[in-house]
Amino acid sequence: MSAGMTAPDLLTVSDLSLGFRTDAGLARVLDGVNLRLQAGQIMGLVGESGCGKTTLARAVLGILPRHVARIDRGSIRFDGTDLLQADEKILADQVRGRSITFIPQDPFSSFNPVFTIGTQMMEIMRWKSPRRPVGSGSPLFHAYPRARRAADREAVLAMLDAVQLPQPKQILAKYPHEVSGGQRQRLMIAMALLPEPRLVIADEPTTALDVTIQAQILKLLRRLATERNVAVLLTTHDLGTAYEICDGITVMYAGQDVEAAPIDAFFRRPAHPYTNKLLASLPRPDGKVQGIPGEVPNLVRPPMGCRFNPRCDRATDPCRAERPALTAPGPAHAVRCYHPHA
Amino acid sequence: MRRLEMVLSRLAWFVPTMAGLIVIVFLISNVIPTDPVRIMAGENATQEQVEALRVKLGYDKPLAVQLLRHFQDVLSGNLGTSIYTQRPISEDLFKRLPATLELSIAAITVAILLGIPLGVVSALKRNAWIDQVLRVLSVSGLAFAAFWLAMELQFLFSMTLRIAPLNGRISGFGPDPVTGFMTIDSLIQGDWESLRSALAHLCLPALTLALPAAATIVRFSRAGVLEVINSNHVLYQRAMGIPSRLIVWKYVLRNALISTVTQIGLIFGVLLTNAVVVETVFDWPGLGSFAVQSILQSDHKAIIGFTIWTGGLIVAINLLVDIAHSLIDPRGAR
Repeated sequence: MSAGMTAPDLLTVSDLSLGFRTDAGLARVLDGVNLRLQAGQIMGLVGESGCGKTTLARAVLGILPRHVARIDRGSIRFDGTDLLQADEKILADQVRGRSITFIPQDPFSSFNPVFTIGTQMMEIMRWKSPRRPVGSGSPLFHAYPRARRAADREAVLAMLDAVQLPQPKQILAKYPHEVSGGQRQRLMIAMALLPEPRLVIADEPTTALDVTIQAQILKLLRRLATERNVAVLLTTHDLGTAYEICDGITVMYAGQDVEAAPIDAFFRRPAHPYTNKLLASLPRPDGKVQGIPGEVPNLVRPPMGCRFNPRCDRATDPCRAERPALTAPGPAHAVRCYHPHA
Repeated sequence: MRRLEMVLSRLAWFVPTMAGLIVIVFLISNVIPTDPVRIMAGENATQEQVEALRVKLGYDKPLAVQLLRHFQDVLSGNLGTSIYTQRPISEDLFKRLPATLELSIAAITVAILLGIPLGVVSALKRNAWIDQVLRVLSVSGLAFAAFWLAMELQFLFSMTLRIAPLNGRISGFGPDPVTGFMTIDSLIQGDWESLRSALAHLCLPALTLALPAAATIVRFSRAGVLEVINSNHVLYQRAMGIPSRLIVWKYVLRNALISTVTQIGLIFGVLLTNAVVVETVFDWPGLGSFAVQSILQSDHKAIIGFTIWTGGLIVAINLLVDIAHSLIDPRGAR
């Protein structure tokens, strides 16, 4: 972690605020969110459903619903460039699917059902292969030279082997419904790594899978990402998943980041009251489960200040007036709270 | 292999479907209140002569026996003799089939080429002005009566603008018949003048048939695209930076086409129904105008023959649609 302190960030989200237009009004889905991720690091983005973690992931990928989302302020710097200011053509061609790739939540519906797996994998290679010269050709009349195609196919077969799929050639000829859920998610991991990206955004990659397969998939992702020095931003609502593979964790609550910490500090010295409650709500050996009283706030009219204040037993007047700044209870550990746990 | 099995089982269904069609046509022809024997015997025939003819033709036998004989006749291709043309009905139908096929294939081609791109555009520009215009047009396209549209097109393009022939299949004698398709025959004989004339004659009737069909296709492909455009696999491909035009015209379209292709079988049935009217208005020597003449003559056997032929045509088209469906949708092949 000490090396991580000095290395420049690969991804820095600063003060990102955005809203979705809804019939009830503007829902403030992200409110001044900050997030830092270093090269090769696996960062868990943790929070309940609706806390904005998927929205943040999609904002980084640049695939927010165009007519609904409104970005108010902030920046998303990737490798020195602000993705929110960059040219859309360059983003689509050189960033999306190339230096930042994506592992979706549901590996079944994320495959087109009427094309073979091979067609869909080769489509990604055609546009995103590391062997493709940058910015070549217009979308509809784009040549795919035979030599590169052959090399790409070899790379695909090698990658299928790396994600431990048996009989790679046969799998390419199959349709998505003809392989199992675990195999589909291995294919998604393969497709995310084939362009040799620097960052993979994995949006709840194991929630659609059987519990027995979840651990295998997570370990596979961890091992391949580490081997290839690929950073991973992994959204999850499951602290167990995060504990399994992450180097660090960022916790979000109702569109705000509340705490970010290296994995050890996070589980040993959680500082934010919400983090503490979240950890206390994990099932324990004695079978008792402790919930968090209250409800997730309405994002059209969110509470002022720290959005957790209505559910927090430490809340005071300042909590209800203004959002606390980041403080550092330990190395690489950041928390937003006026009354953190020691 | 699974696909081959699918095709074979579909082909096997062709037989019982046709048998059912023949029975239904026979039964309907027996409940209509005209007496075919009296019409065949002529206006001046006495009651004795009519009864004698009835026995001679077998119309006095029990219904089941008549049905059996009807089956034998249809299977041997003998549909009787037309009162109107005095030729075997099968021969008449066979000679007229290419004209109807040429017209309806041209119409369905135009309808697809027009309907699918417009449907996709309509879905992509959902609720924009172009979508609104297309929606109004597609509803009115369905509402127009074929005979009215045919006459409006004749009035506009043939009589006012004088850029298209009023009626008929071709000017002059046309090419020597090989396939019976004027366009194909003139093409294989290198007769460019005939080809030009055949295509010019094809324009208005094909357009009349194509517009309502295109309207249906626009609606179905629009709905098909809207169903797919928000799906996870489109989101995934966008997230992976696949060019959006490619996502739409290759991946989304293929999914949207599945429901549209299924509709084309039904559309073809409507098209053949409209062809009866359109062929009459444009004096097109196909099955449709044969049917109208037969009805006007109360030519019982000719009507039965026409119904069986067009019914068979629709069954065959639906068979092709099923096969096409299984080719573009791998999930259906199970």
